[in-house]
Amino acid sequence: MSSVPSELKYTESHEWIGVEADGSVRIGITGHAQEQLGDLVFVELPEQGERLDQGESCAVVESVKAASDIYAPITGQVVAVNESLDDDPGLINSDPYGDGWLFSVSLDDVSELEGLMDAEAYEGTLDD
Amino acid sequence: MPQKTPLYQAHVDAGARMVDFGGWDMPINYGSQIEEHHQVRRDAGMFDVSHMTVVDLHGARCRAFLSYLLANDVAKLKIPGKALYSCMLNDEGGVIDDLITYFIDEENFRLVVNASTREKDLAWVNKQAPEYGVAVAERPELAMIAVQGPAAREALASLARAEDREAIMALSPFSSGSFGDWFVARTGYTGEDGFELTLPGEHADGLWRRLADAGVKPCGLGARDTLRLEAGMNLYGQDMDETVTPLESGLGWTVAMKDDRAFIGRRALEEQKADGVPRKLVGIVLLGRGVVRPGNTVHTDSGEGVLTSGSFSPTLQRAIGLARVPADAQSGCQVDVRGKMLDAKIVRPPFARAGNVCSGII
Repeated sequence: MSSVPSELKYTESHEWIGVEADGSVRIGITGHAQEQLGDLVFVELPEQGERLDQGESCAVVESVKAASDIYAPITGQVVAVNESLDDDPGLINSDPYGDGWLFSVSLDDVSELEGLMDAEAYEGTLDD
Repeated sequence: MPQKTPLYQAHVDAGARMVDFGGWDMPINYGSQIEEHHQVRRDAGMFDVSHMTVVDLHGARCRAFLSYLLANDVAKLKIPGKALYSCMLNDEGGVIDDLITYFIDEENFRLVVNASTREKDLAWVNKQAPEYGVAVAERPELAMIAVQGPAAREALASLARAEDREAIMALSPFSSGSFGDWFVARTGYTGEDGFELTLPGEHADGLWRRLADAGVKPCGLGARDTLRLEAGMNLYGQDMDETVTPLESGLGWTVAMKDDRAFIGRRALEEQKADGVPRKLVGIVLLGRGVVRPGNTVHTDSGEGVLTSGSFSPTLQRAIGLARVPADAQSGCQVDVRGKMLDAKIVRPPFARAGNVCSGII
């Protein structure tokens, strides 16, 4: 089992959320999620500037095995997308919490972060 | 509790992700399915296929029995050791299973059938066999390892008994031979050269580890599926089953109807031919980004069809699939992928073989 970084927040649907220095949040899928999906081959990301509502399906990651929806963990506006995934979706497998990030969002309501799980709680959901 | 093959511990030791596959605990991959795929196309990989069912037939009338049981004609098996791919049909011409028959000698033939169809296959074979006085014996104590890729044959032969190496390397495609307790066949399910080795289960783990030491990398069912799909080989239960005939499954070439040989399902196939075979199995290549999946609807100028297999092709670097479409469908089509209509084209499989993309595919 890959380790779960303690500085990030998590959702039950296996997205991670990291607060950046400028107050925006960066979003990706967890090490557990990429392991379950297997090799990623295709990623469909939201458009820069797009508005997202918490819980809305906003991106798709496809592995050799299956397509999986990504749900917006928080409400806000997309400020950046990871364009290097277009050429190399395998970055999500090799570095899910780093170079394999998906997109960044400027938050409408910082308090939404409090509703997300911390690393310990997320790890608890992974126990069989 | 799923069953375990004799190689279970070797898979776990190699860090395999194990899944329940038709009642067997099998490796889906050992890390990266795509790397395993390339390993087989470029070098050598090995697959545990011990879940497959080995059935030995014995009796003076074996050949007559198989001549009636199978849609392909065992009269093609003239030299001992030769192998034949065939469908086994029901009376309606539907495919009960696809299998390989090995001609050992006139009184002994071996069938290798799918794991997922084991029970119904054995029931069907056992139902027909008594009339021919053929004894049917399953061989669950045997393990099976498929060693596939351009460097596979050399790698396996190097681990054989010294006196057998030359004969093993001399096996021609779709031929087999017995070498001590090894049964070696130059067959496979990847579109690459290689061997499928059957041996006593208790020897499988040791050989697997020696093959790994010789540079043959363990590969899981994930890579096996994309390799066979690129090679244009059907997967039973997905690309065909009892509701379709071989003529609707791209397997007309395996049905021998030129002479008047009686075989189970023949009458139904003749009727279907006379009426016109309504559908065909074709290859699909997606032109742009995205991945096609089994169950996707295919829209052609001649009507709708359905994807039976679909995945990302590591060799082509785009999505490919097999689809059952109206018989006169041609060239351009669209595939409904999660509500989006994506442009694709109809091709004749295989997509890739012997390390390369086949001509006319891209």
